[in-house]
Amino acid sequence: MYVAVKGGEKAIANAHALLAKEGRGDAASPRVTYEQIAGQMPVLVARVMNEGSMYDRELAARAILQAQGDVLEAITLVRSYRTTLPRYGYTEPVDTAELPPQRRVSATFKDIPGGQQLGATFDYTHRLFAENGFGGPTIEDENEVEHDEEMPRVADLLGAEALMEPERPRGFEDVEPSDITREPMVFPISRAERLQALARGDEGFLLSLGYSTQRGFGRTHPFVGEVRVGEVEVDYVAPELGFAVPLGRIELTECQMVNQFTGSADTPAQFTRGYGLVFGRAERKAMSMSLVDRALRHEEFAERIVAPAQDEEFVVTHADNVEAAGFVEHLKLPHYVDFQAELGLVRRLNKEFHERADVAASAPAAEETEALA
Amino acid sequence: MTEIQASPAHLPSYNVGYLDEQTKRMIRRALLRGIAIPGFQVPFASREVPMPRGWGTGGVQVTASIIGESDTLKVIDQGADDTTNAVSIRAFFAKVAGAATTTHTEEASIIQTRHRIPEAELGEDQIMVYQVPIPEPLRFLEPRETETRRMHALEEYGLIYVKLYEDIAKFGHIATTYAYPVIVNGRYLMDPSPTPSFDNPKLHQSPALHLYGAGREKRIYAVPPYTDVVSLGFEDHPFQPQVFEQPCAVCGSTGVYLDEIITDDEGGVMYACSDTDHCERTVAAVAALADLETEEVYA
Repeated sequence: MYVAVKGGEKAIANAHALLAKEGRGDAASPRVTYEQIAGQMPVLVARVMNEGSMYDRELAARAILQAQGDVLEAITLVRSYRTTLPRYGYTEPVDTAELPPQRRVSATFKDIPGGQQLGATFDYTHRLFAENGFGGPTIEDENEVEHDEEMPRVADLLGAEALMEPERPRGFEDVEPSDITREPMVFPISRAERLQALARGDEGFLLSLGYSTQRGFGRTHPFVGEVRVGEVEVDYVAPELGFAVPLGRIELTECQMVNQFTGSADTPAQFTRGYGLVFGRAERKAMSMSLVDRALRHEEFAERIVAPAQDEEFVVTHADNVEAAGFVEHLKLPHYVDFQAELGLVRRLNKEFHERADVAASAPAAEETEALA
Repeated sequence: MTEIQASPAHLPSYNVGYLDEQTKRMIRRALLRGIAIPGFQVPFASREVPMPRGWGTGGVQVTASIIGESDTLKVIDQGADDTTNAVSIRAFFAKVAGAATTTHTEEASIIQTRHRIPEAELGEDQIMVYQVPIPEPLRFLEPRETETRRMHALEEYGLIYVKLYEDIAKFGHIATTYAYPVIVNGRYLMDPSPTPSFDNPKLHQSPALHLYGAGREKRIYAVPPYTDVVSLGFEDHPFQPQVFEQPCAVCGSTGVYLDEIITDDEGGVMYACSDTDHCERTVAAVAALADLETEEVYA
């Protein structure tokens, strides 16, 4: 006799204990601390902060540790905490032209006011396993370079010559930015909402979509106008004070993608922009974001929609990896009630198919007899 | 409003009932709107909750917003109280909301469910909370939200009837077995969540309040008490819910939804109630009756 499967509670407790054990590794080797992760895995921490939509190195590092390095799990952890925090308002726009860049490169000009600066990048490292196990030179090799020269944004230089679409188009209204984490998102959405969604979107998904535009699926003729990484001050106007107070500094990566545009009936030929702005050192994400942002702006330039990267509803609803991962993984939850319903249907259809086949098998014989007669 | 306190060890802490009070208010407003327009999908600013999307995050947000100190919560998945995700969600509310929990349908004031409606008849003082994966009944006919929203606004439901007609043309009968579409209050087409069509008739003129939460898709909808809920069909091909030919092998109940349980690798199967609470209590009632009869014999 079948006895209903009991003990879900115990099974869960045991599974959690086993999970903790699996995440501990060799008990003889010391535990990794979240401080070590925050300090020594800054790129990973930046990804969790970006897709978790929360600038907090310590909590991101804790999340990575608790999630045993499962990035999506860590992001979910950060998001599930962030969403419970009260919202006080939004900050003043950060001025990225003022940030002293730790890194700044432009692909569109050989030299730019303020100069090109490689900064901390993997770009020209040889991807060979390093003997010291830390990949590349030691800290002592670094040469400190002083920078006090101004570094205007490259997009603004082109803008001065009216070859670049203005940052704020004609008739631009500075409306209250909505917050996609607090208000329901209903399509079509504003560019502000879209950029929010892309900033917290999955890096891999945006990378692939951006890549697809380079391969002809919604081509946008992009050039990296500028990528810059640096720390910027964040100001917040508290309603009770009436003036801006600095909240602190955050590290940002900004990408201004410059895209060739041959003009339309009412717009002269010029360059257009795709924009990416993310927390920490996350250049690949910022670049992908700016490619996808530009592709999604097809309506502003009366471009035809021919590719997935241009489809706002498709891109935005599927870029969220917390949602994607959850829904894909929920397939492992029991579905036997619906499966039972389908089983009944398939059995019935199957039976009906064979019945029809049996009838058909006897029918042609009858027809043949008729033909002969 | 309960404020979040920073705990001494710099560890984050959470509000009572997990969601912050502003969020609860926002969700309650969406619920009221949903109840006012039966079957209409209300967009809401769905929050992350500490379980993955697709695992009941909509239902969890609805429950978190309506649960109070006097409530008793029952959570089922596939009709069973002891399935792991049901256990996990029940434990979550016991932990963050200090909620009283039960496995008895009659004792519960809130029943959160995935894929089933309990066999026991529901009462006016009960609320069903459904975990909904895809709230849009037209989604697999039209993938675009902008388009389906317009179709609902214009009550343009021809497409779904064509789908059912195509089933009939191809198979001779309607081939939808779960998430079977219904018309609520004579107006909105609604997906009753992926419950088997067996459960659809329970919604019609139900004395209980039925709330549907789709977390990932950010929609809430509702069927208020005593509302008409009609499963789609044609005059010559009316709606037909599943029928099981055999009784439950454990408790002997008939007219209930059954799970097919594979007992060996030689094609052996048995059928037992999907509603574990119903099954356990029928077994107990049968045993009690037998005891009574035995006593009478010896008396």
